[in-house]
Amino acid sequence: MTLDRWIASIFLVICLVYGYSAWFVMDVGLPPFMQRNPVWPSTFPKILAVLGIVCAVWVLLTSKEGEPVKEGDIDYRNLRQYKIGQAGMLIGLMVAYAFALYPIGFIVSTVVFLTGGAAILGERKLHIALVVATVAAFSIWYMVQVVLGIFLRPWPWFI
Amino acid sequence: MLEGMMIGLATAFSIKNLLMVVGGCLIGTFIGMLPGLGPMSIIAIMIPVAITIGDPSAALILLAGVYYGAIFGGSTSSILINAPGVASTVATSFDGYPLARQGKAGKALTVAAISSFCGGTIGAVLLMIFAPMLASVALLFHSAEYFALMVVGLSAIAAFAGTGQVSKAMMMTVLGLMLATVGEAALFNAPRFTGGIMDLQSGFSFVTLAMAMFALPEAIFLVLDPKRSNTGDGGSSEIKDLRITRAEARHIAPVIGRQSIQGFLIGVLPGAGATIASFLGYAVERNIAPEADKKMFGKGSLKGLAAPETANNAACTGSFVPLLTLGIPGSGTTAILLGALIALNVTPGPRLMIDEPNVFWSVIVSMYLGNLILLMLNLPLIPYIAKILSVPRNFLIPFILFFTLMGAYIGQNNATELLILVGLGVVATVMRMADFPLPPLLIGFILGAMLENNFARSMQLYDGPSFIWERPMTLGLLVLAAILVFLPTYRARRARLKKQGVAIGD
Repeated sequence: MTLDRWIASIFLVICLVYGYSAWFVMDVGLPPFMQRNPVWPSTFPKILAVLGIVCAVWVLLTSKEGEPVKEGDIDYRNLRQYKIGQAGMLIGLMVAYAFALYPIGFIVSTVVFLTGGAAILGERKLHIALVVATVAAFSIWYMVQVVLGIFLRPWPWFI
Repeated sequence: MLEGMMIGLATAFSIKNLLMVVGGCLIGTFIGMLPGLGPMSIIAIMIPVAITIGDPSAALILLAGVYYGAIFGGSTSSILINAPGVASTVATSFDGYPLARQGKAGKALTVAAISSFCGGTIGAVLLMIFAPMLASVALLFHSAEYFALMVVGLSAIAAFAGTGQVSKAMMMTVLGLMLATVGEAALFNAPRFTGGIMDLQSGFSFVTLAMAMFALPEAIFLVLDPKRSNTGDGGSSEIKDLRITRAEARHIAPVIGRQSIQGFLIGVLPGAGATIASFLGYAVERNIAPEADKKMFGKGSLKGLAAPETANNAACTGSFVPLLTLGIPGSGTTAILLGALIALNVTPGPRLMIDEPNVFWSVIVSMYLGNLILLMLNLPLIPYIAKILSVPRNFLIPFILFFTLMGAYIGQNNATELLILVGLGVVATVMRMADFPLPPLLIGFILGAMLENNFARSMQLYDGPSFIWERPMTLGLLVLAAILVFLPTYRARRARLKKQGVAIGD
């Protein structure tokens, strides 16, 4: 099965769950005065669920096998020729950043993120990356905190 | 109208807004030049900044400046290193890069800058003429017509935006609409589809979704395929001799005139943005050129360079028409602008001209300024700006990722938002690999709430769905939407059947 059929199938499942809750679950708790309304909170989702199922089936039926990949696009059938490991590690780094931002503070986690990102991509001159990351972290923190006035905790929780 | 223009002039010429234009154009040019970063990612990254400014006119002026700055920057990298930063400048590289290889990079950049300037300026004049006219018609619209109009917009986007696969684009649109129903709706104060998760109570954040749909997949693609960020050493030392002769100017003048109007009109259509305008402009000019000129196309023709450059800038301006008059975005970029405006408590639509004349007119006036600034500022600065092409990608990519994360975080001040961003970003990357178009998803998401509100209002007014057949204009628009969706599919099917030699019973 090609990737677009996989996506369409997953979308079909999402639509079925969405449609089930719109058609059968949502209206249960509807207060009586709202039941006299011509339009309910579930009206629009009901239409969408039907449309979504139609679209998913349409994609499933019309998608063609083995279409050539356009030049410049990523050929997902041959992912090994790309830097899939680097991309995975960077995504992992982003997730780690999301978890670290609050306890460790903005400055340290940003410096680690930027330097680590450069290291994952194969940068050898890590001392330069460290300097660049530190300067960037401080100047962005200054901009966000002082210029835009949004609170960002700069240091770890124990300081 | 004259009064409004005066208000606009006064607003646009305030020091703050002038700085916004200059800043926006510079930022746009800088980042647009980086291969692989399009105007949508840049604007998505700039939104938190624009929203924090707080003043809607200033914010829109800044974002519009970033928009045409990015288009201009994209053409610079197309010409110098044959690496278009933006899809709409791919056609620029057809003739721009051969010119640069012949040592005429300076001349090519000048032609590009002048064509962009003319396209943008003529586009702004047309916008000034058409937008008020369209807005006065749109004032007659009822919520039923609005609902139908949005359906038309969404179907047109699905029909034109995809890579010929209407079904995929439709699926993305529906997915966007479904995402928009998560959280509390405006008309019914009950949470829907949150799955009991508190962070979803107010729905998905539009900034997060925009970043996840555009900025993250582009960055991940850059990581996956190092060839995409092929920056080279810029060749900035070769840029000299920026002048063009009078004969050359006369040679390209008719092209600029034609493409400004054509590009603008294509830009007004929903779904057909700067990319289609530039390719179509190139194709049209090649077809109508005299035989001698036709041979030059693809080998460094000035006409071939001027056509897409004029058309894409005119189309950028044209895409503001439906946004400012109907409140319906025709492209991913204007959808992001619409989201930013809503976040600033401005509702674009026909009443915008009456209720907020300073926003409406100052944006238009700032377009003239922005084009002028792009011409004056960038032409002498190009050799220096082109140096950014030599920033190593090992530094560039972590910074792009960091700015996407920051953008999502600043908007919500919530680390869960970052996880939603990464999750949606990975999903978007996979969908992009399978050639599912992403702009329809975002446009569906942004229009979703408005679509549902107008639908619910008409349902309440007519006590049922009878508004669909009782109002001829609504019915007409909905029929148009159906035709837009099914015509391309029908034609593709016919073509396929013909290929297989199956007779068609007409």
